[in-house]
Amino acid sequence: MVLARPEVDGPDANGPDTDAPGAGRRGGEARADAVARRGALRRGGMRFALMALPLVFFALFFAWPVAAIVGRGLKADGAWQFGRITEVLGDPDIGHVLWFTTWQALASTALTLAIALPGAYVFARLDFPGKQLLRAAVTVPFVLPTVVVGTAFLALLGRGGLLDQLWGVRLDTTVWAILLAHVFFNYAVVVRTVGGLWSQLDPRQEEAARVLGASRLAAWRRVTLPALGPAVAAAALMVFLFTFTSFGVVQILGGPTFSTLEVEIYRQTAELLDLPTAAVLTIVQFAAVGAILAVHAWTVRRRESALKLVDPAQTARRPRGAAQRVLLGSVLAVVALLILLPIGVLVQRSLDTPDGYGFGYYRALQAAGDNGSFLVPPIEAIGNSLQYALAATAIALVVGGLAAAALARRGTGRLMRSFDALLMLPLGVSAVTVGFGFLITLDKPPLDLRTSWILVPLAQALVGTPFVVRIMLPVLRAVDGRLREAAAVLGASPLRAWREVDLPLVRRALLVAAGFAFAVSLGEFGATVFIARPDHPTLPVAVARLLGRAGDLNYGQAMALSTILMVVCAVSLLVLERIRTDRGGEF
Amino acid sequence: MLKLDGATVRFGQRAALDAVDLEVADHETVCVLGPSGSGKSTLLRVVAGLQPLDAGRVLLGGADQAGVPVHKRGLGLMFQDHQLFPQRDVAGNVAFGLRMRGASRAEQAARVGELLDLVGLPGAERRAVAALSGGEQQRVALARALAPSPRLLMLDEPLGQLDRTLRERLVVELRSLFAQLGTTVLAVTHDQGEAFALADRVVVMRDGRIAQTGTPLEVWQRPASEFVARFLGFENVVPATVTGAVAATPWGKVPVPPGSPQGEVRLLLRPGGIRLVPSRDGLPCEVVARTFRGNHVALRLRPGAGPLLEAECDLAAAPEVGSGVGVAFAAGGVVVLAED
Repeated sequence: MVLARPEVDGPDANGPDTDAPGAGRRGGEARADAVARRGALRRGGMRFALMALPLVFFALFFAWPVAAIVGRGLKADGAWQFGRITEVLGDPDIGHVLWFTTWQALASTALTLAIALPGAYVFARLDFPGKQLLRAAVTVPFVLPTVVVGTAFLALLGRGGLLDQLWGVRLDTTVWAILLAHVFFNYAVVVRTVGGLWSQLDPRQEEAARVLGASRLAAWRRVTLPALGPAVAAAALMVFLFTFTSFGVVQILGGPTFSTLEVEIYRQTAELLDLPTAAVLTIVQFAAVGAILAVHAWTVRRRESALKLVDPAQTARRPRGAAQRVLLGSVLAVVALLILLPIGVLVQRSLDTPDGYGFGYYRALQAAGDNGSFLVPPIEAIGNSLQYALAATAIALVVGGLAAAALARRGTGRLMRSFDALLMLPLGVSAVTVGFGFLITLDKPPLDLRTSWILVPLAQALVGTPFVVRIMLPVLRAVDGRLREAAAVLGASPLRAWREVDLPLVRRALLVAAGFAFAVSLGEFGATVFIARPDHPTLPVAVARLLGRAGDLNYGQAMALSTILMVVCAVSLLVLERIRTDRGGEF
Repeated sequence: MLKLDGATVRFGQRAALDAVDLEVADHETVCVLGPSGSGKSTLLRVVAGLQPLDAGRVLLGGADQAGVPVHKRGLGLMFQDHQLFPQRDVAGNVAFGLRMRGASRAEQAARVGELLDLVGLPGAERRAVAALSGGEQQRVALARALAPSPRLLMLDEPLGQLDRTLRERLVVELRSLFAQLGTTVLAVTHDQGEAFALADRVVVMRDGRIAQTGTPLEVWQRPASEFVARFLGFENVVPATVTGAVAATPWGKVPVPPGSPQGEVRLLLRPGGIRLVPSRDGLPCEVVARTFRGNHVALRLRPGAGPLLEAECDLAAAPEVGSGVGVAFAAGGVVVLAED
């Protein structure tokens, strides 16, 4: 997603180094490697001040809980039990989980690329009516809670699902349901990352190759593909990361047969209470995610090679010729079948009561019910979710904003790059581990948050922060430091200059970041399911609870609640699409 | 007004400013001229307070500026690429400095209108800066820098990005504007034409040091060193031995002005001091190239011995390429250069 394009279009890649004194446009009088010592010290101090809060936040609410739970699992009688690791990894059942986690992630990634790359081209280079709306529509799944994605595919492919009714076909017992749900979920990642760059590549580069004698295919292969390659790699890595750590989707669609590491960690922790095994699996997942992020960082750096970028509006054209029309048609068909249909079926199921179509299931959400699974009416989950998500958004904006401000400052060394990577880790580390870690670490003074409502927003903010950083960083980097200098010379103090120059330029990006953090917090499931109090469920938790019970009423209510959750997410996304800046297009 | 006292800035091993002493008097326009990398932009940044000094002092109106932050120095700086605030309109940009000083809205509006008139953009208040042409942005940047009535106005390559005709017009406008306002101006540029047209006094910089200071005429007529001569575009620089009023050069004997230093020197023969004569009356040369320069023609000549020679002549008298001419030197066009 996401993690990538910012670095591509950052004008900073080759632009003048704004902190380097005198380094003007014409090839600086001073190079960045020769920085006055005093200035460097001052900047170092400023950066540290900016980093302090994010570092404390991540240490307290991420590193400590995760370390505590791993420690608890691997320590017995005060001694480390590293033998556990080989023991667990030698277990054939665990081996099976590892194997499945890996191959389903690879298969999901390949399938997503195969299906979404033509889509990336169509959205980047072709102009057709309704394109903006459709682009927003394909992005909706990405911010949908995984639980809702699982539910939608259950309604489409599962028992009594649409395919079951029409042709008696059920896929929920096969791996295809998981793979297709992953494609549904990650389609936007590829379209946004690859398509975003594709739409900005100067078509004249390809034209130059054509004039020099390259065929259409050769020009694409020799000029466009190498330029896109790193973006494709980054998108593939992100899809792999998301599917490798998939929880909600597999939890709902996997049944007893299919289990990813994350699901297994949940099962070992919550159902079997086998902490040592869960700890080992957490470490394995941590190592795998670390490796993926390292590769990702490497591709990002490679992508910083200078690309000639142009305004996307100039590159899109109406489709010409049969080939392009067929391509457009098939992409639209895929979008309709794979993205719009599951969403539609979900909505349809929520309205399809035994007494005909109506809002029966929605009304039922207002009752506490007699099934014992809810202490409060499920409808209250909406209020809880909104409150938690708002608080989480505020936390993520502060933490992520400060971190991005620190990272946006010049002279990024090895230390800062590892700080950058640290911020991404929560995306990949088992949310279940984090949630459970919260319970065992934040339960005693001075930090006893067990009964505090803030526990849930803190966990959700952990997932929202990486998005805030990714959105804010390129925009902050793009602010020309000399604008700030211009303000200073005109009499603005540093704080005033920031308010007058930076803030107006990043305000929209801040809104976009807030929206994403909100949507992601709203949908967070893995950690929330552990720490949300039974009388204060969030929407995804309530949906999962309803799905876990038998009976048409529960199922219908789950669909209704999912629809509500989807609408809330989609509305916040559509609002974002309207205020989106041309710079902020990486999501 | 401004005094630099041994100002030194080092980036690693390299000195961007090397013990520079410079004074700018009230109402004076001083232009720092130098190739890129000579430290002239660093000079402006030091005065503005954007670049800390490693040694030396900056004094404004007699007061040492050490410890005075940028925003309290009360200067105007026009950036090379203007750096207009993209999210504000023209009025918002021009009024920025006034707002920072707490001027009332009415004051701001009046001053903005006044300045836009002054720079020739009346009524442009509500225009978006992105919609302005390069020349208009230039004017807005100037108005923005002038609006708070800075005690010293600094210009970084003020006309660098504009096309030639616009540049020539703006130079004239700026000069009369500064004279009218009595502004003290410190400008830096790599363009000699710009510097000579704008400045009361020109300061040529090289590698962080001042190579020559003087009025435009002095610098143009008597470049102090080979570096300055070559930077100004002169190419006829040769080693010579001066004996009395005559110098021995690869091109033969050349008269030098009376009182010239004796012995081994470097000699500049200004093209304007070279006369074309019939072949037998002077140094015989072959015309290698000729370039039309508007009111005269620049010639490249190959003498029998020594390097190529630059000369100029009237349009009507210009010889054909390949033809033979003679060259005679006048003492008035010969400059004995100091050691670099």
